[in-house]
Amino acid sequence: MTVAQTDSGREGADGEGGMAGADDAYTPSQRRIERERHKRARARRATAIAALSTLVTAAVLYLVVVDAPGWPRTKETFFSAQYAREAFPKVLDGLWLNIRLLFVCGAAVLVLGMLIAIARTLRGPVFFPLRVLAAAYTDFFRGLPLIINLMIVVLGVPALRLQGVTVDPVLLGGTALTLTYAAYVAEVFRAGIESVHPSQRAAARSLGLTNRQALRYVVLPQAVRRQVPPLLNDLVSLQKDTGLVSIGGAIDAVRAADIIVGRSLNYTPYIVAGLLFVALTIPMTRFTDWVTARMDRQRAQGGIL
Amino acid sequence: MSEILQKSGAPEPGTPRESAGDTSVLRMESVRKTFGGSVVLRDVDLEVAPHTVTALIGASGSGKSTLLRCANLLEEIDDGAIWLDGEEITDPRTDQDAVRRRIGVVFQAYNLFPHMTVLENITLAPRRVHGVPRAEAEEHARGLLERLGLGARAAEYPDRLSGGQQQRVAIARAVAVRPRLLLLDEITAALDPELVGEVLNVVRDLKNDGMTMVLATHEMGFARDVADQVCFLDGGVVLERGTADEVFGDPQQERTRRFLRRIVDAGRL
Repeated sequence: MTVAQTDSGREGADGEGGMAGADDAYTPSQRRIERERHKRARARRATAIAALSTLVTAAVLYLVVVDAPGWPRTKETFFSAQYAREAFPKVLDGLWLNIRLLFVCGAAVLVLGMLIAIARTLRGPVFFPLRVLAAAYTDFFRGLPLIINLMIVVLGVPALRLQGVTVDPVLLGGTALTLTYAAYVAEVFRAGIESVHPSQRAAARSLGLTNRQALRYVVLPQAVRRQVPPLLNDLVSLQKDTGLVSIGGAIDAVRAADIIVGRSLNYTPYIVAGLLFVALTIPMTRFTDWVTARMDRQRAQGGIL
Repeated sequence: MSEILQKSGAPEPGTPRESAGDTSVLRMESVRKTFGGSVVLRDVDLEVAPHTVTALIGASGSGKSTLLRCANLLEEIDDGAIWLDGEEITDPRTDQDAVRRRIGVVFQAYNLFPHMTVLENITLAPRRVHGVPRAEAEEHARGLLERLGLGARAAEYPDRLSGGQQQRVAIARAVAVRPRLLLLDEITAALDPELVGEVLNVVRDLKNDGMTMVLATHEMGFARDVADQVCFLDGGVVLERGTADEVFGDPQQERTRRFLRRIVDAGRL
């Protein structure tokens, strides 16, 4: 009894002493100063090496390209300042269509993908046809090349001359994009649903939640949260693939560039359109990285590695 | 809740029930459960009276957890039958969700919902399954947390809590729906030794409140202290059963003696 009391008493005092020491009365030891000096020196050396190797790489690339026999001709047809100035406003106009397509198709893809994923995880004999249909859908549209899907929908549907069905290449192109991407996103959601440990479902069921309630309140929220990085990745991919609706004649950034190229036989507008797509994608990619890093950090709280 | 009220009424005349006069909360008869080729429960009989605590002891793999999972219909049994309050729940026509609503489970690994706060974890089933209004469910949950010494933790997420605190939240979640029977599956096995006590104290409190419980445990000292009935599982059957004093003090079976000797040698009793 006495021993225990003394023990706990000393422990309390230690705790206080440790905390107070962190605030005042602490001078770094010689060992720590030496260690930090060494780390700084190492960091300086690393920066210098990185700068030098970047310089060398850039110089080599420049010389290889500029020394190439076809460079003057290539420079003229791909990097003409005059055509770039002419193409820029038109391509930018077209890009607005790509951005709108991204938002509308993105939303449709998320909803449709989620529905398909849920259909694939439904149990019970009633849902058998739904399960099969959903599985067939993902198999088909993940295998079908997007460009062929687009041609079938954008060129094939108007050829049917159906009453009341749109022939607008933008709407049809958006539909084709949605069909393909929903299949990918459905698989992402399904992987998320299956990654939630069965014990979570068991805990939910043991509380009396029905299968549906367990899915809605316990499994799906965790699945979606976990799949945010791969979902954003698919949205980045969708963003650039909106350029493919140009094959139906919709005037997006690619088609706008195409028109100028067809007239002038100078390919600079393609470069302009390409750079604009890259510029559009970069913020999204960085955002994806940031979200992923944040989630990783949350998972590995407290560790330095 | 309504199911319990129905069951407490007298059996309807003209429908003699096999279990008429059966006052036990849980009864198992000749339960058999296999996984693939291996027989986990061979022929288990068990009877749990109201307001009593039954401790299941036995080596790892002796079927303690499986028995609990069968009682909650998380596993389907191969043969035999299980009754809850005199109603056969292994009848394929039983509404399994309704049965689970009357049985609370606390798992070894807590199984709290990581995307919900402590309060949301506890109020999920009362609100979504039993239709309790949010304010009322939260008030009840806060009362429970207060009793468990976790009053200040209601808004935290589970990963911010220690193992002992998480397990106490899991117990609060299980009892928030006022279950008829509480199943505790090695609830201290994943805890650091210094956190075991706080969880076991909660179980003692529940016993004093009259909660009917079945617990699978490796904490022999605790089982001896709290259990009204101790069952030693071995080879898929209840090899020995009796009061804590009988089983621990004067085991009749050689295998029980050998098991308890190993526990004593390990310094766990």
